[in-house]
Amino acid sequence: MSDPTPLLRIRNLSVDFTTSSGLFRAVDGIDLDVASGELLAIVGESGSGKSVSMLAVMGLLPWTAKITADEITFDGTDLRNLSGPARRRLIGRDMAMIFQEPMSSLNPCFTIGFQLKEALRQHLGLNARDRHARAIELLEMVGMPDPERRLKAFPFQLSGGMNQRVMIAMAIACRPRLLIADEPTTALDVTIQAQILDLLTGLQNDTGMTLILITHDMGVVAETAERVCVQYAGQKVEDQPVIDLFDHPYHPYTAALLAALPERATERRLPTIPGTVPGAFDRPTGCLFSPRCRFADDTCRGTQPPVQPPALGRARCHYPIGATTPQKVTQ
Amino acid sequence: MTDALLKPIVTADNLSRDYDVGGGMFSKPQTLSAVAGASFSVLPGKTLAIVGESGCGKSTLARLVTMIETPTGGTLSIGGRAVTPSDWSSLRSVVQIVFQNPYGSLNLRHRVGYIIEEPLIINRPDMPKAERVARVREIMQLVGMRPEHYDRYPHMFSGGQRQRIAIARALVLEPKLLVLDEPVSALDLSIQSQILNLLIDLQERLDLAYLFISHDLSVVRHVADDVIVMYLGRAVESGSKEEVFSNPRHPYTKALLSATPKADPRGTSTRIRLQGELPSPLNIPPGCPFAERCWKVQDKCRAERPALDGDHHKAACFFPEGAAEASAPVASAPVA
Repeated sequence: MSDPTPLLRIRNLSVDFTTSSGLFRAVDGIDLDVASGELLAIVGESGSGKSVSMLAVMGLLPWTAKITADEITFDGTDLRNLSGPARRRLIGRDMAMIFQEPMSSLNPCFTIGFQLKEALRQHLGLNARDRHARAIELLEMVGMPDPERRLKAFPFQLSGGMNQRVMIAMAIACRPRLLIADEPTTALDVTIQAQILDLLTGLQNDTGMTLILITHDMGVVAETAERVCVQYAGQKVEDQPVIDLFDHPYHPYTAALLAALPERATERRLPTIPGTVPGAFDRPTGCLFSPRCRFADDTCRGTQPPVQPPALGRARCHYPIGATTPQKVTQ
Repeated sequence: MTDALLKPIVTADNLSRDYDVGGGMFSKPQTLSAVAGASFSVLPGKTLAIVGESGCGKSTLARLVTMIETPTGGTLSIGGRAVTPSDWSSLRSVVQIVFQNPYGSLNLRHRVGYIIEEPLIINRPDMPKAERVARVREIMQLVGMRPEHYDRYPHMFSGGQRQRIAIARALVLEPKLLVLDEPVSALDLSIQSQILNLLIDLQERLDLAYLFISHDLSVVRHVADDVIVMYLGRAVESGSKEEVFSNPRHPYTKALLSATPKADPRGTSTRIRLQGELPSPLNIPPGCPFAERCWKVQDKCRAERPALDGDHHKAACFFPEGAAEASAPVASAPVA
């Protein structure tokens, strides 16, 4: 919010899914500003709404989703009421997304080259010769050996890491200003993960694009991100630069999550977070983390917590850790 | 040390498993060597971790030890006796397995009580029903489940709770060795620590041996006593956890450790940049399997296959880390 005109600006975004047993709130009042050229990580456990919130921005959610927001703007364009054709001109060109499973994101019936050139034809209107040249150039950019021959390959002929490179090449084909990577390395081995993360951060450095990295892996966050948003049960609970977040988490959930990392363990028994993420039927009225929080009191259980100022990590908490306000320590 | 007095529960000697693949109308069948010459032993109350990337044969090894697959070479001994397929049914209650995905490994049509009871029905046919139920309830309490969960179905539980059910089912026959095939990979971080603590508790209380299979080095570092690093079906390094993690000898182990993201944003990035990917297991190079990706490869590496060498801390490398400075013109690791 220091940046006067963020590239992506979201205010009060909520997503509800109609299920047979009523509405399920997957994303709950998310506010987010992403500055141009920033590398933001959104971290959270499964069901925290980190993918759904970004899919809502991209307009890729199914019709069962009810999206409400006070504002979703990308570079000044209101994304809420965009017509289909206008959205298709924007998505894949200025905003692109890559997904977790490269094997299931690519169409198994078409060659890599066909799928790569499709984006170029749709958005840039290049002729066949230019498309071919650009496709080879893109595969070179993502470190694909022997790109000319690989254009004729089908996805099943390539490994997971190579397919993810193709997905990245497709996403950056039209030089997007915003790239959303949804768990891009979760399905890959660590040595390949390291290659892909290097590639993404390298591309971000070279092209100056904005990168939003959705992940559940605190190690990936620590090594790549500049700023981190922590989500829990559909809400953003903390938002801080990466070093500050690891040094001083303000929300008890962030602190508990970091403490649960095996590599930070000091004893044989790991610190745990009791209980599980609330579901549709046991959603607390107050703070969503209150049933699992060791600092929770009646205020936490009864009233929704405020969002603290940036100096306190924008924590959505009544009693941020280490704040000067009188703090409950009796457990 | 009491370790020397303890008898290993399971000993594998040069255990191998080949698969015949392909062989269509015009192509010759090929042999895929999923596990080649694995040797290890697991002591009661200890954890042996097998680490490696996908396709390195760690799950096949789990299936060999659990007697789901027949080995094509080498011997597996349980309790000091070599195992043949005719002994399998009697020995299976000694070795039990917990699979990676508790969403796929539990039968959704059965109640939790029955899921945990089923191994007893099959393996202890003489046990009276009342005794079985009492045993199931005892095990459920042991893994931290509440009595009212007995009549529920698996879909009513979260991933962590389901993994508790899977652990309870594995423990109901009172095994001595539990094979844990990526037991926490499908779980969220906050749940992962609950299950790891449960496993540590159970090991202390029941003196269980664990064969812990994982690709997550930070988890392995937390739970293991000994570690085997596998690459393309072969052990490339083995030793105690401290030795392998603080002083890796095989270049692959070193690269694997450096590629694992560390949850420290100030950490200096000294990631070793590995070239290329895992070669096809059908076409393993004649020399060192890691030669194509190794930064200190020499002609010898491509020609000969190095043996797993060393006293306790073993590595299959001609030019192991930390010992090579004097012997060969060794390149330094390409650091990203």
